[in-house]
Amino acid sequence: MSGIVPDPVARQPWQMLFPLFALIMFGALVLTSAAAGDFDAYARSHLLRFAILFVMAVVISRFSKEFVSFFTYPAYLVILLLLMAVEIVGQVGGGSQRWLEVGPIRIQPSELMKPAVVVALANYYGSLPVGMIPSWRALMPAAGIILAPMAFVLLQPDLGTSLAIAFGGGVVMFLAGLPLRWFVFAGIAGVASLPLAFFFALQPYQQDRVTTFLDPESDPLGEGYQITQSKIAIGSGGIFGKGFNEGSQSHLRYLPEPHTDFVFATMAEEWGFVGGLFVLGAFAMILRWGLSVARNANDRFSKLLAAGMTATIFFYVAINLLMVMGFAPVVGIPLPFISHGGSSMMTNMICIGVLMMVYRWNQKAPRTGLIT
Amino acid sequence: MGLFRKRGIRNKPKELVSQTTLENAFNRRTFVIGGGMGGIGAILAARMGYIAIAENERWVLESESNRVNLSLIPPRRGWILDRNGAPLASNRADFRVDVIPDRMENPERTLDALADILDLPDTTIADISKRIDEARGFQPIEVATGLDYDEFAAISVRLPDLPGVVPQRGFSRFYPTGPSVGHLLGYVGPASAEEYEERPDPILITPGYKIGKDSLEQQFEEELQGKPGARRVEVTASGRIVRDLETREDTQGKPVRLTIDGPLQDYAARRIGLESGSCVVMDCETGDVLCMSSMPSFDPNSFSAGIGRVEYAMLREDERVPLRNKVLKGLYPPGSTVKPMHCMAFLDAGVKPEETIICGGGRRIGNRFFNCWSNHGSVDMAKAIYQSCDSYFYHFAQQVGFEKVAEWAHKMGLGEEFDLPVTSQFYGTVPEPSWKQRKYDQAWQPFDTVNASIGQGYYLVNPLQLAVMASRLATGYKVVPHLRMDDPRPEFEHFDFSAEEIDYVRKAMSDVVNGPGTAGRARLPIEGIQMAGKTGTAQVVSLSISDGKTGPWKYRDHGLFVFFAPFDKPKYAGAVVIEHGGGSGSAYPIARDVMTYLFDPAKGLEALRALETQWGGTAQQRLDAKYRAYAAANGASVPPIPTRDDDIFDKVEAEARLAARQAEQLGDSVTPRREDNEATSQISRAPPSAQTPDRQAATATDVPEAGE
Repeated sequence: MSGIVPDPVARQPWQMLFPLFALIMFGALVLTSAAAGDFDAYARSHLLRFAILFVMAVVISRFSKEFVSFFTYPAYLVILLLLMAVEIVGQVGGGSQRWLEVGPIRIQPSELMKPAVVVALANYYGSLPVGMIPSWRALMPAAGIILAPMAFVLLQPDLGTSLAIAFGGGVVMFLAGLPLRWFVFAGIAGVASLPLAFFFALQPYQQDRVTTFLDPESDPLGEGYQITQSKIAIGSGGIFGKGFNEGSQSHLRYLPEPHTDFVFATMAEEWGFVGGLFVLGAFAMILRWGLSVARNANDRFSKLLAAGMTATIFFYVAINLLMVMGFAPVVGIPLPFISHGGSSMMTNMICIGVLMMVYRWNQKAPRTGLIT
Repeated sequence: MGLFRKRGIRNKPKELVSQTTLENAFNRRTFVIGGGMGGIGAILAARMGYIAIAENERWVLESESNRVNLSLIPPRRGWILDRNGAPLASNRADFRVDVIPDRMENPERTLDALADILDLPDTTIADISKRIDEARGFQPIEVATGLDYDEFAAISVRLPDLPGVVPQRGFSRFYPTGPSVGHLLGYVGPASAEEYEERPDPILITPGYKIGKDSLEQQFEEELQGKPGARRVEVTASGRIVRDLETREDTQGKPVRLTIDGPLQDYAARRIGLESGSCVVMDCETGDVLCMSSMPSFDPNSFSAGIGRVEYAMLREDERVPLRNKVLKGLYPPGSTVKPMHCMAFLDAGVKPEETIICGGGRRIGNRFFNCWSNHGSVDMAKAIYQSCDSYFYHFAQQVGFEKVAEWAHKMGLGEEFDLPVTSQFYGTVPEPSWKQRKYDQAWQPFDTVNASIGQGYYLVNPLQLAVMASRLATGYKVVPHLRMDDPRPEFEHFDFSAEEIDYVRKAMSDVVNGPGTAGRARLPIEGIQMAGKTGTAQVVSLSISDGKTGPWKYRDHGLFVFFAPFDKPKYAGAVVIEHGGGSGSAYPIARDVMTYLFDPAKGLEALRALETQWGGTAQQRLDAKYRAYAAANGASVPPIPTRDDDIFDKVEAEARLAARQAEQLGDSVTPRREDNEATSQISRAPPSAQTPDRQAATATDVPEAGE
C-alpha cells in the first residue's frame, strides 16, 4: 500500500472491483445495443440494479464470522421453506412457477438457494471434526443439504439451477477433503445413469434440448435455431466486430434473447473476438481473485465459503459461454454482470459480497500459517 | 500426482487425516479447480477464436443471408394471342393475398381474420385450410386475388397481427372469353408440392407465381413463363421488411400466337349453347385451325387460384363432362359423315360415279338383307351422298373390300394423331379386318363391312379428325392441321384425283345443303356463298334401349356435320359434333351459323343473340348463374377436390373411355339405322323431301325452316 492512496481505499479488493465495474459498464453498453440503441430499455435498470445490489454486497461484507455462522442454518431452512412454498403455490395456482410475489417484490428462492447451499456446506464442514472427514458422517448430512433443494428445484422444473446448486455444493465437498474415490465413484455412477436420467428424469422439452445440442441441424428452426443464430452472431463479428449498435443479428431479431441468455453473442457480434477476450479476461481476474481469497482464508469455513462462491459464479459464466458457443445444451442460465436480469444479478452479487466479506476477515486477522 | 499419493495414504489408516493434510488437500484441490477454470476459459477463448476468425467468412455469409432476403418477383406470363394479335390470355394487374403456412403462428385464427376482412364463404375457407394442411416448406397458398384497394389496405394495416400473410400487387392471368377458351388453353395455378419436389426452384414457391396446368398453357410453359425479377430487402427474423436494397425487374414471357380466330372461337362456343359438343373450323388452304370450341366448359379465370370445391363438384357431377376437351378427347362414331370420303375410296378403286344400284329400302349383302333408312330407288354416287343412301355404301364397300376404304380413311385423317402442341388427343379407331383380328381375335364378317361403310360399328373418330377429313375432301390436298401462327406451313401433298372427281364430290356435298339433300336448313343466308356438307347421326345404344331422339339424354344419338365453304372454291372446312343431340339436326344449324359469322359477323351475331335470349345469357353468364345456384344448393356439403392436378382430369378421361367402349359394343351387332331428321318409325317409302324436320319440336333451339 503506497502512501499516496488512503488506507481505507487501498484496502478494497481493487483487483476484483475494477474488472467487475468494467463488466457492468460494458454490459450496459451491450444492453443498449440489444435494445437497438435504447438506453432506457435494459441498460438503465441494469445499472440501477447493480447500484442497489452493490450496496447490498457491501453490507454483506461487513458481517462478522460469528454472525454468518449463527444464521447459516436458519437462513438455509427459511429458503428451503420458501422453495416448498413456491411449489405449493404453483400447484394451487396451476402450472409451474418459480417465484413468490410479496407485494412489489418478486422473490425467486431457487436463486437464493445457490449461495445458501454453499454457506450451509461450508459451515457444516467447518465445524465437522477433522477426523470424521473420511467417514459417512461427512457425507450424509451434506448430501441432504444439497439434494433437498435440488429436488424442489427440479420439480419446478429448472434443470439449470439445480445443476448450479449441485455444482456449488460438489465443489465445497471436494475442497473439504472428502476421499477422492467417492468423487470417482460418483462420477462413474453419474455417467452410467445419464441414459436413465435422460429418458426418465428429463421433461420432453429438456430431452429436445439435449438432442439438438448433440445435432443442431436436426431442428434448424427450433432449438437448434438458437445455437446456430448465436454462432452466426459470434462468427460474423470477426476480430474487431461490426461496431457498436451495428449488429444485424440482434437488431433484426435473428438472435433469440439478445439481452439475457445470448447477450454474449450480441456483444461478440459488435465487438468481435477482442470484446470476447476482454469479457473472458475480466471474469478470469474476478475468479482468480475469488480463489486467492479462499487460499488466503484463515479457517476451513472461510476457505470453503470463498471457494464455493467462486465456483458458483464460475458455473454461471462457464455454462452460459459454453452454451452460446454451441458446446452445451440450451439451458436458461444468463451471463453474470452482463445479462439483463435481476435474480441472477442478485445471486452473483451475494457471491461477490460474501467473497468481499471473507476478504475483509482475511485482512483483519492476517494469516499466520499456524493452526487457527 | 499429489492427488493420488494422498489417496494412497488415506486409504489405509484413517487417523492420518489431520488439519494439515486437509489444508494440503484444500490447496491442491483448489489448484486443480483453478486449473480447470483456466482450462475451460482457454477452451472458450480458442472456440471463440475459431468461430470468429477461422470460420469468419462462413458466418458472415450466413449473417448476410439472414439479413438480406432475396424475394423473387413472379414474371408476367407471356400472352396467348389469336391470329390477329388479340389476346386470348393476358394478365391483369391486381391485388392479391397469399399465406405462407410455415410462417403462420396460428393458421386458424389468421384465416378467420382474413375471412372476416375479405368476406370469404365457408367453402373457400375449407379449401384453403385443406391446402394449408397439405403445403410443404414455404409453399404459399393463395387466399384471394382481385381484391379492391380497400380490402388490400385493410389487410396491410393489420399485418403485424397476421404473421405469414403476404398481401401484394401482382398480375393474374386473365382470359377475356372465359369458358370459350377453357379447353383450348387450359388454366394456370400454383405449383403443387410434387412439382416443387421435382424441381425445387424457389420461384415455384413465390406467392403469385403460376404455371400452366393444362392444354396450351402447359404445353407452351417454357416460352410463356418469362424470367423472374428479384428484390433484395433487409428483413427481420419474423419476415418484416426493414428497407429495400435493390430491385431487378422481371422479364415477361414471350407471347405465343395461335392460328385460332379469337372471336370465332368465342362465337362457336357460345353458339353450341345448351348442347354438349364441339366445333372445329380450319382454313383448308393453310391447315390453320381457326376454332376448336368445346362446350360446356369451365371458366379458366376462376381456376387460377386452384379449383374451388364447389366449382369442381359442380363440373364433375355434370353428365355433359365440362372438364373434357371434346375436340381432342371426345370419340364418336362418325356416322354418315364418312360417306363422301368412302366415295373417294370407291373412285380410287375404279368405281365410276355413274354406276348405279337399286336401293329397295335396303340391300342384300351376302345372304342377309340390310335395311336402308329409306327406299331410294336407283342411286348413283351423287345421290348416295346427298340422300345419304346406305344401300349404295353397303354394296360398294363390299365390292371394293373394306381394307381399301380403311386405307382411305387413314389418308383422310381418321384414326390419325396430328402433330399439334396439345397435351393429349384420342385418335379413335378405323376398323378393318386385320384390326378386328388383332383386337378381338375374330374374323371380319360381311355385317362388319355393312356397319363400317356407314360410319357405325367400331368406327370412332374425334371432331378434329372430322374437320381434317372435310379439309382434305374439299381441297384434294393432304391438309395438316396447324395451331401456331409463326411455324412454317408445309407444302401439302396432293391426292391423286382428277379435278372432275373432286368437283363431283364437292357438288354432291353441296347438294346435301343446297340441293335435294338431308340438310336444307344448313343453307348459308349469304348471297353468293354456298356451303357444302354431310350430315351424320351416330347411335350410342341399340334401338331396343332408345329410339335415339327422346328419352334419357345419355341414350340419344350424336349429331354430326362436316362442311366446307364456299363449295366451289373451298376456303374453310370444319366439323360440328353434338353429343346426344338426337341427330344431325342438332349439329348443322350450328355449322351454318358459325360459317355465317365467319363471312358476315353481323348476321351471325344477330342469330346468336336471339338464341341466347332464349337460353338465358352467354356461356359465361349461364356458367356463373349455374355456379351460384349450385353453391346455394350444395354449398355446405360438397366434397373437397382431388389433391393432384392430374386426378381432376383423369377421372373424366376414364369416363371418356367408358363411352368409347359402349360404342364399340354396338359394333358387335347390326342395327337398323336412322337418318337425319327422320323419326325411327318412319323408315318408309316417302320421298325424303316430304319429310319435315322433327328436331325443332324436341329442342326448340333452331329457327324453323323448310324441310329438305
